[in-house]
Amino acid sequence: MEEKITGSEILIRALADNGVECMFGYPGGQIMPVYDKIYENEQGVRHYLARHEQGAIHAAEGYARATGRTGVVITTSGPGAMNLLTGLADALMDSTPIVAISGQVGITLLGKDAFQESDVISSVLPVTKWAIQVRRPEDIAPALSRAFYIANSGRPGPVVIDLARDAQIGMAVYEKQNAPFIRSYESDPEPAEGAIEEAARLINESERPLVLAGHGIMISKAENVLKELVEKGELPVGSTMLGLSAIPSDHPQYVGMLGMHGNLGPNINTNRADLILAVGMRFDDRVTGAVNKYAPNAKIIHIDIDESEFDKTIKCDVHVHSDARKALETLLPLVESKSRKEWRASFDQHRRVEEERVMARELTCAAPDGRMLMGGVVRKICEAFGNDAVIVTDVGQNQMFTVKYSLFKTTRSFISSGGLGTMGYGLPAAIGAKIGVPDRNVVLFCGDGGLQMTVEELGMIMEYGVDVKIVLLNNNFLGNVRQWQHLFFKGRYSSTPMVNPDFKMLAGAYGIEAADVSDASQLDDAIAKMVAYNGAYLLNVNIDETDMVFPMTPGGNGVDEILLNESEYYKPV
Amino acid sequence: MEEQLFTLTVYTENRVTLLHQISMIFSRRCLNIESMTVSACSIEGVHKFTITCRSTRLMMEHVVKQIEKRIDVIKAFLLTDDEILFQEVALYKVPTENVVNMDIEEIVRKHGARVLEIHPHYTVFEKTGHTHEIKELYDHLKPFGIRQFVRSGRIAVTRSSREYVDEFLEWRERAANKS
Repeated sequence: MEEKITGSEILIRALADNGVECMFGYPGGQIMPVYDKIYENEQGVRHYLARHEQGAIHAAEGYARATGRTGVVITTSGPGAMNLLTGLADALMDSTPIVAISGQVGITLLGKDAFQESDVISSVLPVTKWAIQVRRPEDIAPALSRAFYIANSGRPGPVVIDLARDAQIGMAVYEKQNAPFIRSYESDPEPAEGAIEEAARLINESERPLVLAGHGIMISKAENVLKELVEKGELPVGSTMLGLSAIPSDHPQYVGMLGMHGNLGPNINTNRADLILAVGMRFDDRVTGAVNKYAPNAKIIHIDIDESEFDKTIKCDVHVHSDARKALETLLPLVESKSRKEWRASFDQHRRVEEERVMARELTCAAPDGRMLMGGVVRKICEAFGNDAVIVTDVGQNQMFTVKYSLFKTTRSFISSGGLGTMGYGLPAAIGAKIGVPDRNVVLFCGDGGLQMTVEELGMIMEYGVDVKIVLLNNNFLGNVRQWQHLFFKGRYSSTPMVNPDFKMLAGAYGIEAADVSDASQLDDAIAKMVAYNGAYLLNVNIDETDMVFPMTPGGNGVDEILLNESEYYKPV
Repeated sequence: MEEQLFTLTVYTENRVTLLHQISMIFSRRCLNIESMTVSACSIEGVHKFTITCRSTRLMMEHVVKQIEKRIDVIKAFLLTDDEILFQEVALYKVPTENVVNMDIEEIVRKHGARVLEIHPHYTVFEKTGHTHEIKELYDHLKPFGIRQFVRSGRIAVTRSSREYVDEFLEWRERAANKS
């Protein structure tokens, strides 16, 4: 019989056997036996010490999104576990595979308000795909094997293992686990033949089809088959925010981003299309606008691996329940080659209006007083990295300007908090992304508000020398809320102006190279210096706070009721 | 869309946290659960939740899908009264002196109730039936002085010959053996 080892050692070995190469975490009283084994196993699974558990889980999310692998985070009980909640909710919304391991007090103390005890399982259930408390060392390996399987199959999501002290210090034999079979969980459904045939028929009949490509394209690795499909049928394809980079920005069938701050073409044409093919997306309210005015002329085909998304917000005509790649691969041979040039050209006409009326000003980079405009700054920096960096954003105007002005060549190049809209996500997610894909450039665009929510993670950059380029689009304002206050609350800027620290000095305190750009005339040089610099860098860009994100579909409007600026609606011909 | 009473039957693995996992889907939408009955079902290791809730069909369809999405939930079904046979059970505790002194026999006979226990101080009647039948007996016994009254949640079986979940589990096991 094999030798018994502690649960903590089982955990470390099981992590390695589940393919984990690194994890992000923060030690504390009730996870110390595990950290003692991490100390022994420095050559095995690498551990990155965050400065806050929220930073640790967002880093794990960034890692997962950049690599497609499961991000792992480890914390102590009580406050350590509770600090994960935002990240868990974020990962659940954005289908990000995470395994979070939290220490827990000994089982005799459970339910007795022991020091640093909290009811982790009850707290995390609404924000996880699955959660389990493990009390015995022999249950660790099976729980971990299930956790990794659940986190990164089907529609990926976060899983929590609440690891009682007894399991960490108890002794058991480690047995390597096979992939589990979970009878109640069908992770990889086959697309129904009838649904595929009906979808193909609708596509072939359509004159004005529009493909909506979501995050599911990347999760299921359907990028190539998507390209083949849209080329074969000459199908215009728009992207959700989380779907960005799945198809290259310069692909002839690519027509831009959907939604509230999306491009004119795909939004206007959503309501002119006679067919919507939605792939691996969930008709988020930011994509649909008012649902009763959404796509009134279209038959809608919805491909998703999550059955609960069908008819949730938009009633669809055909449901294909499977992952995006399987569905598209089955669909591809049935879709006929068809010329739809006129329909494709109709997107360009809206594109030209957007370029002239909205983008041209933004791309000058400069406000009249020499301060800068976010969109132009984003475009210049993306170009300086050959439009091939991994772009990470925080949440707010920085995010909306980044999605509108960045360009992509490679899949999995855009990482942002979509569903939950978590400010503070950007910095740790960028760190995790760089650790996941060290050979790629990673550029973070963030605002002064979001950066300060998790600014302590500059410590992780310092300690591990993570080469992240941080572009701080600094307008000394909570810009997105300011924009809404300006448009909808009579310009009453309640609690949105921010008195900020000297960010260059702050970066300096962490030993991070930094520069201030106060005038647009200095921008090109400053970008060149940042790009040339080998190592982490913070570029603090002086942004005009009156700059606003347009086009914009205000809440309650249909997707085709779009503001070009604060007072003028777009009137397409 | 009109509100009506729906019966949900939910088959789950027998694990802790399932009650929480299911109830949170209702509480998230501020839906009040009218009744819930949970016990082992005819399939070994599988538990069955019978839940009643008043809402619209659209709302309940979303709820059922979100329940079924939970990993440890095997199957969930949305049913209306015409698709099921259902019962509740109620217990009524009445002072024995009132039972003896007054003519209660006819009431008990008419309502198909039975006597569960006769104690010198109290007598307990048991009645199974639909909600309104249980309420009717309550109203009739009220003049006799009901000391305690309790009513279970609904239990229900479908009008088909098997539990739907059998086929699903057989199919899953076959799929697992194949791969």
